[in-house]
Amino acid sequence: MSRTLLIAFDAGDALNGAAFCQQTGAYDVIQVMGEPKLDLGAETVTTWNLPSQPPAEYLANALKDVCANYTRIVAVSSMQAKDGLARLAGLLDWPMITDVIELLGETKFKRPILAGSVITTVELNASTCLLTFRPAGFGQPTIGGNSKHESIKPTFTGVTKRVSATVREGGRPDLSSAKVVVSGGRPLKDAETFEKVIGGLADALGGAVGATRAAVDSGIAANELQVGQTGKIVAPDLYIAAGISGSTQHMAGIKDSKVIVAINTDGDAPIFDAADFGLVMDLYEAVPELTEKLKK
Amino acid sequence: MKILVPIKRVIDPYAKVKPLADGTGLDLGNVKFDINPFDEIAVEEAVRQKEKNSEIQIIAVSIGGAEVEEQLRKALAMGADEAIHVETTDQLDPSIVAKELQAVTEEIQPDIILMGKQATDNDNNQTGQILAARLGWPQATFASHVELGDKSATVTRETDTGEETILLPYPCLITTDLRLNEPRFIPLPGIIKARSKPLHKRERQTTDTPRVAVLDYVAPAGRSGGKKVGSVDELITELKAKGVVS
Ligand SMILES: Cc1cc2nc3c(=O)[nH]c(=O)nc-3n(C[C@H](O)[C@H](O)[C@H](O)COP(=O)(O)OP(=O)(O)OC[C@H]3O[C@@H](n4cnc5c(N)ncnc54)[C@H](O)[C@@H]3O)c2cc1C
Repeated sequence: MSRTLLIAFDAGDALNGAAFCQQTGAYDVIQVMGEPKLDLGAETVTTWNLPSQPPAEYLANALKDVCANYTRIVAVSSMQAKDGLARLAGLLDWPMITDVIELLGETKFKRPILAGSVITTVELNASTCLLTFRPAGFGQPTIGGNSKHESIKPTFTGVTKRVSATVREGGRPDLSSAKVVVSGGRPLKDAETFEKVIGGLADALGGAVGATRAAVDSGIAANELQVGQTGKIVAPDLYIAAGISGSTQHMAGIKDSKVIVAINTDGDAPIFDAADFGLVMDLYEAVPELTEKLKK
Repeated sequence: MKILVPIKRVIDPYAKVKPLADGTGLDLGNVKFDINPFDEIAVEEAVRQKEKNSEIQIIAVSIGGAEVEEQLRKALAMGADEAIHVETTDQLDPSIVAKELQAVTEEIQPDIILMGKQATDNDNNQTGQILAARLGWPQATFASHVELGDKSATVTRETDTGEETILLPYPCLITTDLRLNEPRFIPLPGIIKARSKPLHKRERQTTDTPRVAVLDYVAPAGRSGGKKVGSVDELITELKAKGVVS
């Protein structure tokens, strides 16, 4: 019998994870940070309620023994999921499948390769596996159920020491699950301009801010805002790309957006091929005008 | 101090790759190959550390057919001291690669393994973590800054919410992110000169076969984009019609 354990790093993961797990059958949840707010039909929800995410070494050591009761250990794709679950794969000697976008039965999955240029169907030839999945393909979970709740303090072992960490600034919605994302690219002059122009439009729409690698590399946007193959994967209802050329690596992170808008001075920029609405215009004129008119 | 740098030969990350029409593989007609960009960053980082501490010895390792020698020579040209080529034409997966690298590690006993966080062909992001777990070493994935001390490495790493700095006693494993450094350019004569550096060949040490098989390759569903609007007002009208702004 297949049985799934969802590792939810926070409440957002618990929600997005449930949408996936409800399609695979019986499942339990371990929630690392925060308290479960909704009943999402898991059999047992175990809350760790930690003040911060544990280093992968600690996490994997704490989870290792629990895994024997399951055939699938799953998590929403994120940097910490890749860090921790792949370490767990090494401890358990189980195969792992990264970034599943579609389920085709118990042992067949779809996942992108080459920055999303190609989609593969893969088949698991083992009884157990770990996997991470991108929530965009799995819709909204059904709310309601009869979950049992426990709260435990896990035993952590490891030699890694955390010296310092930054915390997410509040205010804007989480990039990975936002309904609207406004992103800026290389032409934004500096951090202040980026915040004013891109942040201004995002705030007018109640959305999150994203950036290209070029913008992050030149220090005008924070690294956790990078969207793409090696950054965050987003799937909002509306994605607005201002001053972004549309590299394969960036497009890999935005393909599942419902509506894509591109604002770019170069009418031949590749982003226009994928954009539902393209506006050939200087972003310094178009974005503030859009912000003003949408605020009203 | 020894640093082991595993490298993978991958399809040029800037090439536009399409699946074959029958879905059995990738159309690699005119595609070039290179070191996985994250591994190249790992080689560069090892070389920069050596420039600060001449006692560091850098060993690059790659697993694959005769063609991976090209990438090992490039690592040598960048400044690696020696290279190991684990010769095989078998199908590999992250877990098999980790097991082979474990065998190399146990033999040469490096203090640090420095490698890419993911390969840009299969985008798995697993091998470093699996290897660290198998060795029982601490890991720092997604490194954006590395300081090597006497007994431990201090690594700043990227996280979902920003960054954190962690301390890892040796031996430890570090995987690189894009912002760690920008690899140096190696002119062709440099690559030719590196031909005199030692490149050892060895056989696979494990017999595992992949536990995940790829059944087919298809192009993603294309977006039907391409429509242009003439003004901000026209854009707003379209977005309202789609119901994505109010
Ligand atoms: C291994 C690897 C992984 C990568 N991962 C990522 C990733 O995760 N995410 C990512 O984004 N990139 C990634 N990249 C980088 C990617 O290849 C591109 O270099 C990057 O996305 C380009 O960013 P950009 O569109 O901001 O810049 P550019 O390509 O320079 O485009 C800037 C655009 O702005 C337009 N423009 C200029 N001025 C104005 C103006 N005033 N108004 C309007 N438009 C203007 C220009 O016409 C141009 O189209 C990766 C690369 C590699 C090799």
